[in-house]
Order: sequence, then structure tokens, then C-alpha cells
Amino acid sequence: MDKRIATLAEAVSGIPDGASVMIGGFGGSGAPIELIHALIDRFLETGSPKALTVINNNAGNGHVGIAALIEQGMVARMVCSFPRSADPRVFTERYQSGEIELELVPQGTLAERIRAGGAGIPAFYTPTSYGTDLAKGKPVEEFDGRPYVQERWLKADFALIKAEKGDPYGNLTYRMAARNFSPLMATAAARTVAQVSHLVAAGDIDPEAVVTPGIFVDGVVEVADPQQEEELNRAGAHHP
Amino acid sequence: MTEKLSNAQIAWRAAQDIKDGAYVNLGIGFPEMVAGYMPEDREAVFHTENGVLGFGRNPAPGDEDWDLINAGKKAITLRPGAAFFHHADSFAMVRGGHLDVAILGAYQVAQTGDLANWSTGPKGVPAVGGAMDLVHGAKRVAVITDHVTKHGEPKLVEACTLPLTGVGCVTKVYTSFAVIDIVDGHFVLREKLPGLSFDDLQSQTGATLHTDGDVADLTVPEL
Repeated sequence: MDKRIATLAEAVSGIPDGASVMIGGFGGSGAPIELIHALIDRFLETGSPKALTVINNNAGNGHVGIAALIEQGMVARMVCSFPRSADPRVFTERYQSGEIELELVPQGTLAERIRAGGAGIPAFYTPTSYGTDLAKGKPVEEFDGRPYVQERWLKADFALIKAEKGDPYGNLTYRMAARNFSPLMATAAARTVAQVSHLVAAGDIDPEAVVTPGIFVDGVVEVADPQQEEELNRAGAHHP
Repeated sequence: MTEKLSNAQIAWRAAQDIKDGAYVNLGIGFPEMVAGYMPEDREAVFHTENGVLGFGRNPAPGDEDWDLINAGKKAITLRPGAAFFHHADSFAMVRGGHLDVAILGAYQVAQTGDLANWSTGPKGVPAVGGAMDLVHGAKRVAVITDHVTKHGEPKLVEACTLPLTGVGCVTKVYTSFAVIDIVDGHFVLREKLPGLSFDDLQSQTGATLHTDGDVADLTVPEL
């Protein structure tokens, strides 16, 4: 078995117009910048993919990563918990002009919906959002005398994530708080591609240390010394 | 102009009620100050919902590692015994009742324990983050806040007029004037600034203040 992919261009080649794409990261921590920029480069060359639904905790910062994806007009819909950042102007302008639809989901509910999607659980009940505007229209049921809101699973066509180490079987480890949503997204997408900072041989990751088992991963592409979104933004970077 | 506690002093007062060994989540912004005022003989383990338990102080400028951040996206450091985990585990800690206390900011708190702290209304881009999750599951949900808005309007009210974050979730409020418990749908005054009369405090509170035994003086150090 060999899930290695040689190039970033190849790693994002199968994503069509209208696809739903989960993108790992919490702010800049864990954002797969090179995969996102490869997707943008493909769009600039071929005009595709566009009309994407993007699922991430945030909605981009500055002019790199998800913000750059939005800036190119590739995103029709965002599913996120917190579409604000140090520099949220790219999303804000398109949201206010009606170019982008927003589905706002509480952060823990977003995580659990993705987890449920990957675990084959179509719906679940949570105390989060009960009695608030974000529970409107959702079924409510009492369990042991307390009210809970029904939420549905969230799945996607693709997941693009960033990991620290990966092997040809797709086993992954992560770096510090950059883990965040990525292990969940890997389970919930029909096809998951990870950019890994260190591509290692099978057996080089201690099985005890594997965070995402390779069964959830379809492709790994090595990006040594990856760019970090926060650092790019502090340097005022734009893509392209 | 009534004398009032600074944000640092409110944070200090809230920190005094965190027990040794507690697992604690601090909301983004002002509540983050609470960590700096823990009594030296007590150890709390701080949780940040993006996936870290046991973080310490912010690093010096230039020493940041931007893969190591808190929920407010500020750089943090780790203490010995820290742990990383993904978001589903992180919010299992929250909703599953594993945190001892969450200390959050507020736009409004109602005497019923309802909290409004995520949206000031329909204008702008809505953003909720983990606010609606954090109000559920911690054994104690406390709020730290100025007693009134900057326009002098009460933040402690009979019923919230701003969009709710959660229903009946807050159990204690530390304000710039007082420490107040929420018990059976009432504000129960526990401590107030000694220079403030009960009537003064009531006039700046949007719901009836009850008492249950003595009201202690709210005294804090100069910070």
C-alpha cells in the first residue's frame, strides 16, 4: 500500500466545482496552507474548482489560505463557528454583499457533527444552543429532565488537512494545537488528503503514537518546512 | 462617579474561589486575566477549547510558536503535565461535565441564570465560537463583568434583551461592585464594595437583589 502523492497539484486535482471541502486548522494553527494555495493555483489556471462549500472553524484571515480562496471567488458557502479574525475583511465583504452564504455552528457542535459524520451517527442531541437563535427550527427533546437540541452529522466530499508526520499507509501525527479539527475531518470526508511535514517510512511512526490511523486517509503529500498562516499574515503576505 | 473594581481586581476576586486541583476554562479576553491571580498555594489546570490542557503564561514577543495558541489565538506556553487533544475530545471535556469551572464575560446576565455574551444584535457578521458550548457542562459557570455598561445601564437584568448564549446556566457573578450568586431564579448578594450602600447597588441593578444572611465587604488588593 502506498498513499504517497508526488505533487501538491496532483493532491488537489480531483476536487470538482461545487464540492464540499473540510479544511483543517483553528485560525492559523494547523491550516494546510500549501494544499489551499495549490487549489487556488489550479483555479487560476483552469477556472475550477469554484462554488465550493468550505467547512472550517473560521472564515480566513488576511489574504492567504482560506481568505485567499474566498478572495478568488471560489467559495459559495462557509460552514464555521467564528468568521472573525485579526483581518476578516475578505469574508466580511463577500458575506455582506450576499456572495457567500454562512452557516454558523457552535464550535463544539461543529466538532461533534464532523465526528458523527465520520462515525456513521446521523444525528445526536446536545445541550449546546438550547433556547438560543441557533437552535431555531431544530427538534428538542428532554433526557433526564433536561432539554437537548438535535443536530445532524456533517460530511464532506474532501478533507484537506495538515499533519506533522505521515507514512505511506496514511498514518498521521500532529504538531501541538495544530491537531484541532483535522483528526475528525479525516474521518468525515469521502477523500482525505494530508500534507505532512515529514514523510516517513512505514514503521517509523510508533503505532502507540498514531493519532489518525491510515484507514481515514487517502493521500499524503510531503511539504517540508510548511508555511504557517499566522506568520504569513504578520508578514503581510498575499496569495497569489 | 462610584468607585469600582478594575478588571484586574474582578479577575483577582474570581481567582480566589478556584479550588486547588480544579480544571478551569477561561473565556477569551478579560477572563484570561484570572489565570494570573491564582493563589500561589493552589494549582489549577487551564483548558483551552482548541485542544490544550495545562497551558501557562504567554511567551515573550519573538518566542511565539504559532502552532501553540489558545482559543483567543494568542500564543501560549505549556506547563509540565500538559496535553494535546482534538476538538471532539476538547468539547467532551466541556459538555461532559469534566471542567470544574468556566469563567466567562457577559453583555447581560439574567436573574434566571440566562447569559447573553455572543451577539449584540443582527448587525455585522455573526460569530459564536465556543461560547454556547462553554455554558453547558462545567460544574460552575461564573461570569466576570462590569456591573453596568459604559452607558451606565445595568448588565444584571430580569431578562436578557440581547440574543441568548444559554438558558439558566450562570451560577455566580463577579462584578465591579459586588459578588452575587444566582439561586432559584434570584440574584443573592454575597459581597459588595464597602463604600456602596445596598440602595445604590440596587439602583444600578436591573433586577431585585436578595440577601440571605450577612453581606460581606468586597475587598481586593491594589493591582
